[in-house]
Amino acid sequence: MIETLKKYIRPDVFPTPFCPGCGHGILMQALLRAIDELKLDIDKMVFLSGIGCAAWIPSPHFAADTMHTTHGRPITFATGIKLVNPKLKVVVISGDGDLSAIGGNHLIHAARRNIEMTVICANNSIYGMTGGQVAPTTPTGAKSATTPQGNPERDFDLCKLVKGAGADYVARGTVYHMRELIKYLKTALQHKGFSFVDVISPCYTQFGRRNQNTCGGSASSAIMNLKTAVSKTPQDGEILTGEF
Amino acid sequence: MAKKSFDIQINTAWCKGCEVCVAICPKKVLEMSDKPAPSGYFTAVVKRQADCIGCMECELHCPDLAIEVKSKKEEVKSDAKGG
Repeated sequence: MIETLKKYIRPDVFPTPFCPGCGHGILMQALLRAIDELKLDIDKMVFLSGIGCAAWIPSPHFAADTMHTTHGRPITFATGIKLVNPKLKVVVISGDGDLSAIGGNHLIHAARRNIEMTVICANNSIYGMTGGQVAPTTPTGAKSATTPQGNPERDFDLCKLVKGAGADYVARGTVYHMRELIKYLKTALQHKGFSFVDVISPCYTQFGRRNQNTCGGSASSAIMNLKTAVSKTPQDGEILTGEF
Repeated sequence: MAKKSFDIQINTAWCKGCEVCVAICPKKVLEMSDKPAPSGYFTAVVKRQADCIGCMECELHCPDLAIEVKSKKEEVKSDAKGG
């Protein structure tokens, strides 16, 4: 199967720049599998990303047109590309900080305008690349470089935010539940209108090692812990997954 | 019906030794190497290939696209085509 995915990537830039056990690599594979299963022509797709770890998922790994834009602005560039050439399939892949904090305004207004694009948020609950500062998606009580005693604030529910702003298709999956995630990505890529997928992708280097009570003692345990962390009827601390 | 057998290939140039495949394998087929690969990482190695049931969990969850699981039948076919 990996052999068939190789036509969508640039093998000479591998191995990836991600830390060992980063969920973003698994998300990259899920997206490639979704594209492969839908038999989409990757030459008629444009992948945009902002700044951050997740922005490295499409650029430089995908053998397609990619754009590594300024911090928080991939949706604005995507809007421009869609207006100039509506035939292109526009996909934005970026991190939670880039999409919901620095580019939060663009996210809600693109959803309100219902511009035809797929936005994939690689949600690792922290600013991974810049040193593990607290993000709007950091859960209450979680430790980060800037909240060593635990985050006193509550976090954003990105799915509710985007749904409330007017998006038609909103889903949340995790990198542990790969078959579900591929299904959500396929539906999002086929959707006419604004579609949003929030992907829970653990960061062990910056988030997990400071929150070993919830993430365990290693990168692999952070991913394995997602198995029991999700629920369709979430109690405290559990993650709600599904299509909304 | 003969038992299906699978061939697991690990690309040691791409593997970063994150141990996700070792943790996720339901049959404990994979283990971590005790010698570093040329890349410097202690990569995953196939220890009990005969136990593999072909669930593809290791391939699906590899963050570095470094694992390829092939069923043995497929391999024979591709060899026939090539030769």
